[in-house]
Amino acid sequence: MRSLISILDLSVQEIDELIAVANDIIDNPKNYAEKCHGKKLATLFFEPSTRTRLSFEAAMYELGGNVLGFSEAQSSSAAKGESVADTVRTVSCYADIIAMRHPKEGAPLVASMNASVPIINAGDGGHNHPTQTLTDLLTIQREKGRLNNLTVGFCGDLKFGRTVHSLIEALSRYTGIKIILISPEELKLPSYVKQDVLQKHNIEYVQTTDLEAVMPELDILYMTRVQRERFFNEEDYLRLKDSYILTPEKLQTAKSDLAILHPLPRVNEIAVAIDADPRACYFRQVLNGKFVRMALILKLLEECV
Amino acid sequence: MKIDSIKNGIVIDHIKAGEGMKIYNFLNLDKQDCTVALIKNATSKQMERKDIIKVDCFIDLTALGYIDPNITINVIRDGELVEKYHPELPEKIVNVVRCKNPRCITTTEQELPHVFKLTDAGRQVYRCIYCETKAER
Repeated sequence: MRSLISILDLSVQEIDELIAVANDIIDNPKNYAEKCHGKKLATLFFEPSTRTRLSFEAAMYELGGNVLGFSEAQSSSAAKGESVADTVRTVSCYADIIAMRHPKEGAPLVASMNASVPIINAGDGGHNHPTQTLTDLLTIQREKGRLNNLTVGFCGDLKFGRTVHSLIEALSRYTGIKIILISPEELKLPSYVKQDVLQKHNIEYVQTTDLEAVMPELDILYMTRVQRERFFNEEDYLRLKDSYILTPEKLQTAKSDLAILHPLPRVNEIAVAIDADPRACYFRQVLNGKFVRMALILKLLEECV
Repeated sequence: MKIDSIKNGIVIDHIKAGEGMKIYNFLNLDKQDCTVALIKNATSKQMERKDIIKVDCFIDLTALGYIDPNITINVIRDGELVEKYHPELPEKIVNVVRCKNPRCITTTEQELPHVFKLTDAGRQVYRCIYCETKAER
């Protein structure tokens, strides 16, 4: 029985297989409509989520399965002080697979140690969010046709953004990847990610504060939200947030086949005017999230036929 | 100062001066029934000053490498030195250090063991298995 807690739980070959299955689901959805008939997915969301929970639920329904669960801790026995271990032991009696979001880092790992069904980490605080990374990888593969030989720019909050760290980890296992880190000084990629991932895998990388200067180089631009609460100085925030609002003007020097990704939710870091640009992939990315979760559920529920 | 030599047990040598008590506590030597001697600030050719611990029985030293892989362990049987080695870095340490990340699941679920795994032997880095926070020594 497999669980997915971190993106590194999957080999590159397994990720490539999931992407292949997701692409086949997109091309032939009817072939998958009854694959999980009679199976149940439990969505245990101990904190609110819009995209991820609905994406998991839509994924299971489109596989012909059913869904049960809760969407906030207050409506579960966690409010009575029940442990994660006891909760998942109980839910294992009702469901065939569990998708869990929890505000505490490591909660899904604890769940996987105690459940008798596969656990999918649907986000544990600021730690891991592997299905977002799978979503990002599927989107890059579909937009660019490959996951190697790419120059990928990450822009915004690179310090606290879990999606950034996970995607860098995942991409570092492919060849010909160049990473460009675009952020204010205050929100630079943590040194441990540089040491443990980029330097360890000999990934070429550049750090800059100037998005426009590196724009012509990029194959992928992964935008993130700069969070006001991270700044000690309001003036710094106001100065820096404006430099990372992506506008049509800033895209003038970009490649014609640039792919702009964003894990969403967006606030103001991508101008709405860009939504109509074919290079804006973030809503296609949302859709890809459902397909790659379908592929993942199929993989983890090996008996799903 | 004279301390009797031990018959069957271990001598933990080349402990950094001042660290002996830390290792004494780490190994829970206060709970041992056998003879235990902690020698502080002994003269050393290599280190000038060092601490030494003598334990007149055999104890589990598995996690000692986490504290200091440079110390020397001498194994004594029937009064003879039969083995001398430096402790290896353990792959995993359980309930030796506590995770200090306030967002870690161990902060709310008190019964969970605090488990750290060796992730970088070269830099002697241990990370919490739950949240990957680096262990603070």
